Amino acid sequence: MATQVFMPKLSPTMEEGQISRWLKKEGDKVAMGEPLAEIDTDKATMEMQALSSGVLRKIVINEGESAPLGAMIAVIGEPDEDISQMLSSTGSQAAKPAAQPAPQAPAQTETASTEKVKPRADGNGREAPTAVSAPASGRLIVSPLAARMAAEAGIDLRGLSGTGPGGRIIKRDIEAALEHTQQATTPAPREGGYQLRAVEGTGIKSGAASPYRDEPASEIRRTIAKRLVTSLGPVPHFFLTIEIEMDRAVEMRKNINTLDPDLKISINDIIIKVAAAALMKHPQVNASYQDRSVRFYSQADIGVAVAIEEGLITPVVRAANQKSLSEIAAEVRELAERARNRKLRPEEYTGATFSISNLGMFGIDEFTAVINPPEGAILAVGAVSPKPVVRDEQVVVRQMMRVTMSCDHRVIDGATGAKFLQTFKKLLENPLYLIV
Amino acid sequence: MAVITMREALNQALREELLRDENVFLMGEEVAAYQGAYKVTKGLLDEFGDKRVIDTPITELGFAGLGVGAAMAGLRPIVEFMTFNFSILATDQIINSAAKMLYMSGGQFKVPIVFRGPGGSAFQVSSQHSQALESWFAYFPGLKVVMPSTPADAKGLLKSSIRDDDPVVFIEQERMYGNKGEVPDDKDFTIPLGVADIKREGHDATIVARSLMVPVALKAADELEKQGVSCEVIDPRTIRPLDINTILNSVRKTNRVVIAEESHPFCGVGAEISAEITERAFDYLDAPIKRVSGADVPMPYAKNLEDLAIPTVNQIVAAVREVSYLD
Repeated sequence: MATQVFMPKLSPTMEEGQISRWLKKEGDKVAMGEPLAEIDTDKATMEMQALSSGVLRKIVINEGESAPLGAMIAVIGEPDEDISQMLSSTGSQAAKPAAQPAPQAPAQTETASTEKVKPRADGNGREAPTAVSAPASGRLIVSPLAARMAAEAGIDLRGLSGTGPGGRIIKRDIEAALEHTQQATTPAPREGGYQLRAVEGTGIKSGAASPYRDEPASEIRRTIAKRLVTSLGPVPHFFLTIEIEMDRAVEMRKNINTLDPDLKISINDIIIKVAAAALMKHPQVNASYQDRSVRFYSQADIGVAVAIEEGLITPVVRAANQKSLSEIAAEVRELAERARNRKLRPEEYTGATFSISNLGMFGIDEFTAVINPPEGAILAVGAVSPKPVVRDEQVVVRQMMRVTMSCDHRVIDGATGAKFLQTFKKLLENPLYLIV
Repeated sequence: MAVITMREALNQALREELLRDENVFLMGEEVAAYQGAYKVTKGLLDEFGDKRVIDTPITELGFAGLGVGAAMAGLRPIVEFMTFNFSILATDQIINSAAKMLYMSGGQFKVPIVFRGPGGSAFQVSSQHSQALESWFAYFPGLKVVMPSTPADAKGLLKSSIRDDDPVVFIEQERMYGNKGEVPDDKDFTIPLGVADIKREGHDATIVARSLMVPVALKAADELEKQGVSCEVIDPRTIRPLDINTILNSVRKTNRVVIAEESHPFCGVGAEISAEITERAFDYLDAPIKRVSGADVPMPYAKNLEDLAIPTVNQIVAAVREVSYLD
């Protein structure tokens, strides 16, 4: 039986998609699960898979054209099947054959066709389920098992397309997604010092989003939250700035890169590493306000703001607290590269627990960044530049850097944020702490 | 172990229990002189005499009631229905007396009775003589319902049923009396009630089947094995109390379930098993539970229609492929 292909929801915020490229021509054979088209969403170019097998009979939306979620974009069917009805039933009135027979006739045709498509009843007198190609409503259809597996692995279901009937997301789709993320990042977890071990017993891979625990928000926390949003928008920001002497970090970076020029460690990589370590010391900052609870994450999934042509996107370095500098550097480079080519998958740019935005390379000394909800904070990093400072009552020149953390006051209070920055400063000024 | 028919295995169980306990006696239509309509009671009249093996008139409600009274008075009757189709006449005694007596007497009267006989589909005996009634009896608290699928299970479960202090409805399958299998010779061999049996281990899909559908499910599993699908076949053996945990453990492993039964689907035992799984293992299901049941019509007489009304290997294979998302 011929099935319609609908515009799938490929990103959490997608409302319509543009066909970037059809990977099959009309008349080509298509197998279920095979890539059918590349679709530009608001965030990325995603591959769309066929949900049924047959021959691509008709392309309804051509390359370069857009269609809203759930709109029919193609028809897959048997080579010789009559699909005119399918095309006309979803098309506009004008698309129907112009020549209408006598008034009595259409009613009969209608009955006959209804009869034909009526699902066959099985031996038990129950109606066989109607075949639907994709969730036209945009509502997620997911098996209970797949939903649980996704929740445990921290996979965002909205980024997946299901291969079950009607686009249902099933076990094998989650397994495929897990394999994907595992291949993307194969970190070697390390222990000791400021690095936390992976949460025991959860079997969480650090390629997956951070596990977390929700603690009910206390009355005072809820009051603070309620009162502050009335003052400054839905996320009540406040800002903390601290100045950091970067000489040792700069020197460390130079030494590492002399040791192995291929590593190409940047100052920003060191900042990510230090921030992740500091977050492990200050779980209140690695947290998110959730209406009636405060969510504490057990790993530091750091969003790194990357400027791209159309704006910016924040790919996520998962479990940065468990990764070495070289791993972080390689991962950031790879993610940024794909971000610029708009090849990131949704699970790669959503669900950070903390973000870092660095405008130092543009010569910005100091700025404030806007929090990306539901994260609790974002760190705005300025340029490292030589400045006169007073040390032992002497004016000396040091490499200085200013960072400003924007905090969501609903979860982070002034003193909490300040203590985090103290740790951050201590680690960055003495990066040897990272290996103790 | 000897290889014997289910008929012989049941006969052994009856004989051994008649020998073991003098309170055990057998009654029913044609059980004595004619040696049973299906020859399950062969030789028992000769061996135990007409006080222990008793021919009754054609009065199901009457002799079922006699049995309940005898059980209340301390005996352990085995009441044979020539087929369970005729137990319909005796349901008032089975349901209103046997099942409820312990409860209504505040625990003063236990009713250790076994109602046994063939049930399910037979060969071309039409609507009134070819039906599966287990969901009727399993519905009532106070009754235990047992359905064996192999000669060994038949023997071990019948002996446990006779020794049980509660009323047991023991449904044999009319088409399976001639099925052969290995049966332990040990006269103390019993199988506890309420324990399911994993008839075949597998990891891709669970098939829950009982009675006549067990060999059909095993054949389907063989066929599916060739197609690369490994099926676990679970035989609950006792419908009530149901060993749901064995089923749930399997579902947690395979994530998909097909329930095969020759009974009608509506309000059937399969519907109950499906509900139990959904309530207790929802988060482990990767596909809707699929039932393969007998047709929702009275059993036709015509051979071709009768064949269509009883689940087949192919239907079970197709159902497993469907829940495995293979088509």
